[in-house]
This record gives sequence, structure tokens and C-alpha cells, in this order.
Amino acid sequence: MTGSAPDISLRHQRREQLTMLALALPALLVILLLIVLPVGWLAWQSIWHNGFTFENYRRIFSEDIYWRSFALTFEISLAVTLLALLLGYPIAYAASIAPRGWNIVILALVVLPFWTSVLVRAYAWLALLQRTGVINQLLRQLGLIDEPLALVHNTFGTVVATLHILLPFMVLPLYATMQKIPRDLLQAGASLGAGPVLTFWRVFLPLSLPGVLAGCTLVFVLALGFYITPELLGGGRTVMVSMLVSRNVELYDQWGAASAVGVVLLAAVAAIFFAVSRFIPLDRVLGQK
Amino acid sequence: MTIASSYLSRRALLAAATILTSMPAYAAEQITFVSQGGAYQKAQTVAILDPSAKKLGITINQDSIPDAWPAVKSQVASGKPTWDVVDVPTGYCLRGGEQGLFEKLDFSKLPNGAAMPEAYRSAYSVAYEFYSSVLAYSQKKFPSGAPASWADFWDVKKFPGRRALRNHPIATLEAALMADGVAPDKLYPLDVDRAFKKLEEIKPNITVWWTSGAQSAQLLNDGEVDMVMAWNGRVSALINEGAKVSFTFNQGILQSTSLCILKDAPNLSTAVKFLNEAVDPVHQANLPLHIDYGPANPKAFDTGVIKPERAAQLPSAPDNAAKQALMSYAWWSSPAGEAAEKRWVSFMQK
Repeated sequence: MTGSAPDISLRHQRREQLTMLALALPALLVILLLIVLPVGWLAWQSIWHNGFTFENYRRIFSEDIYWRSFALTFEISLAVTLLALLLGYPIAYAASIAPRGWNIVILALVVLPFWTSVLVRAYAWLALLQRTGVINQLLRQLGLIDEPLALVHNTFGTVVATLHILLPFMVLPLYATMQKIPRDLLQAGASLGAGPVLTFWRVFLPLSLPGVLAGCTLVFVLALGFYITPELLGGGRTVMVSMLVSRNVELYDQWGAASAVGVVLLAAVAAIFFAVSRFIPLDRVLGQK
Repeated sequence: MTIASSYLSRRALLAAATILTSMPAYAAEQITFVSQGGAYQKAQTVAILDPSAKKLGITINQDSIPDAWPAVKSQVASGKPTWDVVDVPTGYCLRGGEQGLFEKLDFSKLPNGAAMPEAYRSAYSVAYEFYSSVLAYSQKKFPSGAPASWADFWDVKKFPGRRALRNHPIATLEAALMADGVAPDKLYPLDVDRAFKKLEEIKPNITVWWTSGAQSAQLLNDGEVDMVMAWNGRVSALINEGAKVSFTFNQGILQSTSLCILKDAPNLSTAVKFLNEAVDPVHQANLPLHIDYGPANPKAFDTGVIKPERAAQLPSAPDNAAKQALMSYAWWSSPAGEAAEKRWVSFMQK
């Protein structure tokens, strides 16, 4: 009786695993059909054009326009990620300690812009940031500046608008993590004589790190692929990788020339994740176990 | 009961009538015509498409797409295209023609096209309408002594102010060369190195490199820039709305869209008939009554449909055309042109 108990639980466990797999199957099929196959097809196009060819990759590694755009794209994405963390952390913190009701208000304000299209928001930023825009007018009337500041049609405008669009992707994972931090631990810290600042640094901040990492990952990866925002607010000089993808479709008339750029970006991101995962256990952090 | 049955029979009658009246349309020849949609396609429908359909006794089915190129490629590659005639930037017709995407035209079947200037047609295409990349400026900034040439646009001392150019080499390289003293009729083949060198000179003074026509108009209208290279139709629209802006046709770059027929089009012979009809002088003359684009057939100006004061506003009117450079799409689709296009991004990044 006692000897057969583990067997039963093992069988039970296996059955449960199979049920889980069956339940996940439709989703897996959708991912296979809508993501893996098209991406695989595009990757294939980048090396196959009437025979095997590495021309598309040779071009990327021999012309410095690609290198410059990759560098700029990573710089902008990194800047957006750090700024989103700087702005998003206090918002998420406020939402996590706010009394019930208020936290919903705070989160609603963060999520509200989600329902506005990226295009509309880009134009809204134009109205705010341009020479005759709201901000420059205000600063001039206050006598703080004589000449309007160049706030848009450059990298600055691109970063501001991208940051605005991606901020919810930072705040929501942060909030989810912070909410799960047991308040008893903070009280325990306080009872041992730590002040609010020390409790935050030694207890709250380390426990919120999984959220930080999840938020940063999401924002960084999404920022890498931004297209409309730099196109409209970058003034033409802010040439991000996505813009080279569309340029290559126009110039070379084949998907391969464009998809090779995407494949290199994907590989670069994968390499970064691999490097990061050597130092931080990503699966544990993202799984939030 | 009687009411219901009479209602039913009336419905049946109506249905029968609908089928009967629509039958001739199905029996008659038809084509599918594709343009870029919006106000532009509506204007064509009234001025050119409906009258052509009536005159030829055919049905013209319309479709619209902002950029037809990828769709044309995949339709022809499939071997069974659904479109017949497309209205696209002339460069597409030449490039597509070389790649076997468009039918070679037999001009003996296109008397209206054959009568047009040779520079307005190619083996695969006939020009359909003209627009121009012109120098536009703010009248608030320049109430008098406005910039009147690309040399003026480049002269930041005599004409201080903020400037915008298109984020694209086509027409921009032409403007740079004219600013450097090349005559409008001596531009081609473009001296690409010279053009980029001249562009480097003005680059620090360019606030925005615009990417869409709407953006170019918005920049000028909002006072974000004081002068800009823009398409004449966009500037006229601002002027009609009462904006204090103006433009000159002097040294404008005259550009066109053209009609071409997809390779193995489903209704090839009807498509050829339509192509000829679409560039008929009278239909062509009607187009500028509905939109700020110029007719491609110069004979349209002899029909009396276009009043002299209207002609003065149109890029392809003989007096205006004489002041401008006619874009050579053949050069831009040549290897040298393609190389110049590839060079653009690298110029923007530096």
C-alpha cells in the first residue's frame, strides 16, 4: 500500500502533463502557423534566391549603413528602456502601495494611451514638440527661451514618443511583481530597526528585480522594431533598422534583402539575451517562480 | 394575404429587373483599373474613367492601393493577374517593363498616345498626369523678394530661414544640380557626385527631411520651416485653404504617373482600348477641373476646356513646363540611377 503510492502519483502526474499538452496544442499550432512558419520562410528567402546565396548577408556586413543603423537602434532602445525604468518604477511603486481604488486609477491612466493608435500619438507629439508647438510656445511666453528649442525631427523627439508608447510595458510587469511582495517582510525589516530607505534598498528593491528585468526586456525588444515613430518624428536622420528593412524591399525588389536585416537583428537580440542569461537566470525571473 | 403576395411579386419583379438590367454589363467588355485612391481617384472617375467607359461601352471596375508595386509583382508571378491597367509612378512602368511585369505597347493601336511627345511615353507606358516638385515658401517669412530658384534655396545668407527637403534622392538630386548651375535641360545623366557634394553644403540647414506629402504641407503650414521642396498639388491645397504660402514653377521638376498594362492581363485588348481613351485630349482636359494635377496630353490645352487662368496653375501647361526640368525616369531606372538611390541612406546617416 505504502509502496504503490509514488507510482500512482507519478502516473497522475504524467496524465496531468498530457492533459496540459493537449490544452496547449491549439495555441502551439497557432504559433507554429502564424509565427514560426512565416519567420522561417522569410529567413529561408534571405539565403535562397535561385540557389543558395549569401549576397544579402555580405551586403549587411560590408556596407556601413547597416552598422550605423544597428548602433543607433540599440542606442535608442537602451535609452528608452532606462528612461522607462526611471519613470515607470515610481509609478508602479505608487500603484502598489496606493489604497484600493487609487491603484486602479493609476493603472488606468497608464493603460489609457494604449487605446490610442501609435500614429495618432506620433502626431500628438508633433503638435506638442514642434517649433510652434505647445511646449515651445509656453517656454517662450514664460520668457525662459528666446528661440524655440529643437525638440522634434531628431533623436530626442523619437525617444520621447517611443518612451510614451512603451511605458505601460514597463509599469505593468513591475506592478505585478511589486504587488506580490509580502508586506510582512517590510514590517519585519522595520521591526529590526531599518528605516524606510534601508528597508526599500535591502528588501523591496531586490524583491522587485524580476519585474525590472521583465519590464526592461519587453521595452527593449519592442523598441528595437519601432518604425512609424522614428519615421514621423526623426526628421529623416534617425534611420532605425526597421526603416532599412522597408528600404531594402523597395530597392532590391526581393524579400530576402529585407528579411536578412531582420534575421541579423533577431540574432543580435538572441546573442544579447544569451549573454545576459549567463549572469541572470532569465527563465526564473521571467517565470517569476 | 393579398398584400403579402403582391409585395412578394413586386420583390420578385424587382429582382428580375435588377438581373436583367445588369446583364448587359456582364456581357460587355470590362477591365479592372487601379490607381492610388482618395481625392485623386475620385477626380479621375468623374473626368476620365466614367466618360471613357461610356464612350467605349465597357465596364471599368476600380481598385485602389497606395503602392501597387508589390501587388503587381505577385499578381504577375502567379500567372493569373486580376488587374488590367495600373496608374503608377512612371519609374515603376519602366522598371516593371524591363522585369517582364508589363505588356509592351503597340502604339499603332494607341493613336492618342502616339501623338504625345516622345519624352512622355515609353515602350511600356503612356504618361497619365503630371505633378511637379516645386520650391514653396512662407509669405510671412518672405513678403517680398521670395526665393525663386534652387540657387536661392541654397543661399542661406540671402534667404535666412529653416528649410525642408524630401527624404528621397529623386528630384532632390536634380534640385541640387540646378542649384549648382546646371541648366534644367542639361541634367541627365545626373552627375551624382556633384549633386551629393552640393547637398552636403545645404545639409546643416535642413531642419526636416520629409517622407510624406502630407508632412511637407504640414511643415510649411505650421511654420516649422520657411521653405520646402514640395509637390505643387500639396501647396495649392494650402493656398486654397488660405495659408500664407506660395510657390514657383521655376526650376520645378516635372514628374508623372503613367498607365501601363499588366503582363497577360485578363482583358488585354479592352485594356489597350481604354489606355488610348484615357489620354484622349478632352478627357485629359477635364482632369484639372477636379484636382490640381496637369493633363499628360499637351493637346488638352488646345481643347478650350481649360481656361487660361487655370492653365497658369498647372505644372504641364506649356508656359509652366518650359520653366521646369522634365524628370528622366529612364535615367533613374538605369544602373546609375539605382546606385544613386542606394547611396541616399548613407548620405542621411552621416
